[in-house]
Amino acid sequence: MAVTSESIFYRTPVAQARVVVTGLSAITPVGTTAQKSWNNLVEGKSGIDLITQFDTSDFTCKIAGEVQDFNPDNYLSKKDQRKMERFIQFALVASEDALKDANLEITEELEEKTGCLIGVGLGGLQIIETNANVVVDRGPSRISPFFIPMAIANMAAGQVAIKHKARGPNYSVTSACASGAHAIGEAVSYIRRGLCDRMIVGGAESVVTKLGIGGFSAMRALSTRNDDPQKASRPWDEGRDGFVLGEGCGMLVLESYESAKRRDARIYCEVTGYGATCDAFHMTNPHEEGRGASKAIELALEDASLKPEDIQYINAHGTSTKVGDELETQAIKNAFGDHAKELLISSTKSMTGHLLGAAGAVESVFSILALKNNTAPPTLNLENPSFNCDLNYTPLIAKKRNFKHVLNNSFGFGGTNACLIFSELEN
Amino acid sequence: MSVNPKLKEIISKKLSVDAERINAEASFIEDLGADSLDIMDLIMTMEEEFDIEIPDEEAEKLKTVGDVESYMKSKNVN
Repeated sequence: MAVTSESIFYRTPVAQARVVVTGLSAITPVGTTAQKSWNNLVEGKSGIDLITQFDTSDFTCKIAGEVQDFNPDNYLSKKDQRKMERFIQFALVASEDALKDANLEITEELEEKTGCLIGVGLGGLQIIETNANVVVDRGPSRISPFFIPMAIANMAAGQVAIKHKARGPNYSVTSACASGAHAIGEAVSYIRRGLCDRMIVGGAESVVTKLGIGGFSAMRALSTRNDDPQKASRPWDEGRDGFVLGEGCGMLVLESYESAKRRDARIYCEVTGYGATCDAFHMTNPHEEGRGASKAIELALEDASLKPEDIQYINAHGTSTKVGDELETQAIKNAFGDHAKELLISSTKSMTGHLLGAAGAVESVFSILALKNNTAPPTLNLENPSFNCDLNYTPLIAKKRNFKHVLNNSFGFGGTNACLIFSELEN
Repeated sequence: MSVNPKLKEIISKKLSVDAERINAEASFIEDLGADSLDIMDLIMTMEEEFDIEIPDEEAEKLKTVGDVESYMKSKNVN
């Protein structure tokens, strides 16, 4: 049931609009489209390799999931490309692909009630590095006038809005590695409340740069399995030694059910649940009993009016860090009880690496494709599970099973947690 | 009047416009599609390439390619 346009004047809308996904796209280390990425995931292909974007000679970590063969020429003029950081280019290309996938053009009468939220964990790190060097070496008068517009995280959403005339709410959501998932959750709220009829929403990140790799290396967060890059991201495996940085973008077109029906759009699924919490515990370590994460799962279930047993698949956060993987296991057990053992779970980060602010969005795309294809992509490299990582993590080979409701987990530094539930559409 | 080839090259590269379109009468904003940030970027590049300094109050007056040429001539820059 949709709210009427008048109901935005009430503090509590009488009925919430249902939110459906009508378009999606992805640019990832395993493919420049959602379909290519999905095919490679199901086949268990890794996108991790030696870093090409800068000289890693002095760095302990020399590997990442870089997007290969990204060519924005059909989407952006050379002039525009020069003024846009890579994460912004990703967002522009992916948003156009997602709208195309949704067969949706934002015409004049749709503009005002079309919003755009794009999760970005860091922003334009490369341009920050470049201009930091400029100010030191050549002085403040040589700082580029494009430095700030290229660096700020919300410029991804800003540029997408300029391109498609999305005149509704527009900003970046920044919650580290949960940014993409939070963006989707917040976008859902705008549609439910009737403030927007549709949202272009996702996450974008590209920080395979000296500061990006160097910064996470300083925290000892990254895998240093440089001699065997494709084996480096191994969530829940005994041999895991940190995450592998990835880059890319995931994008969804969300619409109110009414709006989608009105234009007879193809509907992938319904977004039924969103839960968000904070561990309030430590800057970077998850809560020692997975408290915030399990609560976020519970809230998402409650939001979707579902019981734990209703979920069949989880696209886990699963970053391949020692502590994170264990505590996510704990959180899933806390939230699902006995049903935890029945779930199919996988971490696609085993193949894409960790896309930070884009992770929650890209993994939402993968969750939706898992739901649509009734297939859990595998967790690559899970050869020898740690003893306290004892759930069904879909090791090595994809599994087919009927899915009706799937969950996406995203957790970030700052103790932030966001969980989303995607459900088969019930008429 | 033909435009200084080096200046032409800079403008063409920075604004992604064909060199033929760059003549003395061409306005950066109206004819060559520049915005205020492009103009700042262009001024900085010219300062660097011609080793000059263009104060902001002078820069504001440079609306056309010809304006830039005249300014450079007044500073004895070729």
